[in-house]
Amino acid sequence: MFKNLMSWIEYRMPFMEKMNLHVMQYPAPKNFNFWYFFGSLAMLVLVNQILTGIWLTMNFEPSAERAFASVEYIMRDVDYGWLLRYMHSTGASAFFVVVYLHMLRGMMYGSYQKPRELLWIFGMLIFVVLMAEAFMGYLLPWGQMSFWGAQVIISIFGVIPGIGEDLTLWIRGDYVISGATLNRFFALHVIALPLVLVILVFLHIIALHEVGSNNPDGIDVKRPNDGQPVENNVSDKFTFHEYFTKGGKKIIVDAIPFHPYYTVKDIVGVVGFLLVFCGVIFFAPEGGGFLLEPPNFEPANPMKTPDHIAPVWYFTPFYAILRAVPDQLFGAIFMFLAIIFLALLPWLDRCPVRSMRYRSALHKWNLVNFCISFVVLGVLGVLPATPTYTLLAQIFSFTYFAFFGLLWLYSKNEKTKPLPVRLT
Amino acid sequence: MSNAPVDHGRRRFLTIATSVVGGVGAVGVAVPFIASWNPSEKAKQAGAAVTANISKLEPGQLIRVEWRGKPVWVVKRTPEMLETLTKVEPNLRDPGSEDPQQPDYAKNQHRSKKPELFVAVGICTHLGCSPTYKMNDFDAHVEGIASGFFCPCHGSTYDMAGRVFAGVPAPKNLMIPPYMLSENDTVLLIGADEGTV
Repeated sequence: MFKNLMSWIEYRMPFMEKMNLHVMQYPAPKNFNFWYFFGSLAMLVLVNQILTGIWLTMNFEPSAERAFASVEYIMRDVDYGWLLRYMHSTGASAFFVVVYLHMLRGMMYGSYQKPRELLWIFGMLIFVVLMAEAFMGYLLPWGQMSFWGAQVIISIFGVIPGIGEDLTLWIRGDYVISGATLNRFFALHVIALPLVLVILVFLHIIALHEVGSNNPDGIDVKRPNDGQPVENNVSDKFTFHEYFTKGGKKIIVDAIPFHPYYTVKDIVGVVGFLLVFCGVIFFAPEGGGFLLEPPNFEPANPMKTPDHIAPVWYFTPFYAILRAVPDQLFGAIFMFLAIIFLALLPWLDRCPVRSMRYRSALHKWNLVNFCISFVVLGVLGVLPATPTYTLLAQIFSFTYFAFFGLLWLYSKNEKTKPLPVRLT
Repeated sequence: MSNAPVDHGRRRFLTIATSVVGGVGAVGVAVPFIASWNPSEKAKQAGAAVTANISKLEPGQLIRVEWRGKPVWVVKRTPEMLETLTKVEPNLRDPGSEDPQQPDYAKNQHRSKKPELFVAVGICTHLGCSPTYKMNDFDAHVEGIASGFFCPCHGSTYDMAGRVFAGVPAPKNLMIPPYMLSENDTVLLIGADEGTV
């Protein structure tokens, strides 16, 4: 009966065929470590955001008069409204945690290198759309930080010579941030951007499965089939989709099927993630003022800026770069360059060896430099702009950009270690 | 079915013509979507002038008046504050107010119609925060100057005439709105002046 139904469907739509191609018979390198949790975790958080987001819209009222009060209503009067909202607000931060770690994984193991450039570009587009999504979502509760944070970010577009002022007016739909801005951000936040995000994630995975997953050793698991048997090849035990073997022209070495091996492994990651995630939701939903900022418990007041405004933590590294540059236009330019340089990594890194395991000590130190710069800028972006902090922000903005410059310089003739023949 | 040979020139012409017509249509359809983001008529109407009673303003006091949804400051400057305006000039980015950030009648050292009465849009010219009025505790931000405005967002500083200090993120002096005073200087009209009424 069930078998008949499946074949009835299969005849009309290749459901099992695609499941085999992408899940049951997809060859994944056997040496994934914990860094490979974060891709699937990002998908889990995306589902969480969409689901809790839909439920929040059922009680949220997108108007300047009612938005703040309706969030309070969700928190106090709607059954489990507090939980849905905390899942959504904590999920936003969790999204950036897993995405930043996912990106760092790609940087450590050279997963952006040829032939995965387009995969990386799709990833960067997801990151940019995610930032827009988070930014617009943050305006919706209509608190003080929502209002003034949006004021600062929208004003960044005002520095574009010539059209800047008109552009900000067009984005806001008013001379100041108002109900008009709130309503359009709501529309973009709940419909337009999630749709774009889901499409981009789909393309990201299609591009991944075309070129295959990289791994901590950065060597290929699909190689031309020269007819020679490969010793101790775990892949011999499994059937992989013929799409990956190209009808016997390629041989798969040291790879295992995504399902059940990595689906089960990812469940371990999910359990670990949920422990932390639920810990935050239930015991520290405000995250010490970093996840939900104190001024946001006051309704938006266009007449008074809070004494200290800082964006939510996941924007602060870029915000610190914006503040570090004394010139308004160049500050904005450098902030955007900070993201554009990341997107250009596949072309800035000219080394043929992917994984940092087999690259020079200089490269490893440069990666450490990048991480330190990013974290310190993140901390400085939260702090007020005193002369000392501004100087520090300038120094670490320099080291942030120096990562890319140095990488481009040394990667051409980098002294690398010999690559292993098989996965270790 | 006609067996006439394919006329490639005709086919290319039709392809291009269809693409162009379709493209123009797509641009046309985009117009209402893009234009609907402009400020609505209601939002434009809300830009009218507002009045404020300033008869009870104490020396050194600042009041905020809402105009076009923005805070407009009205400060009655003390003689000491006016004296420092000359002292700070070497440290300013645009001491002569060359940038057109004010009506012509406010293009002077005190950037106002009457020297003691300061009227300005309280929005930082950097990224739109509202700076804080630091009366007698501005010293921490600019040494030796008692009062001024400090923007908490990115640390921009302005003197008591809304002129920006050099070396801070803000590029321009604070905006001075058009305004006029009633005959006995008790009522202030913000958003309109002799030229527009």
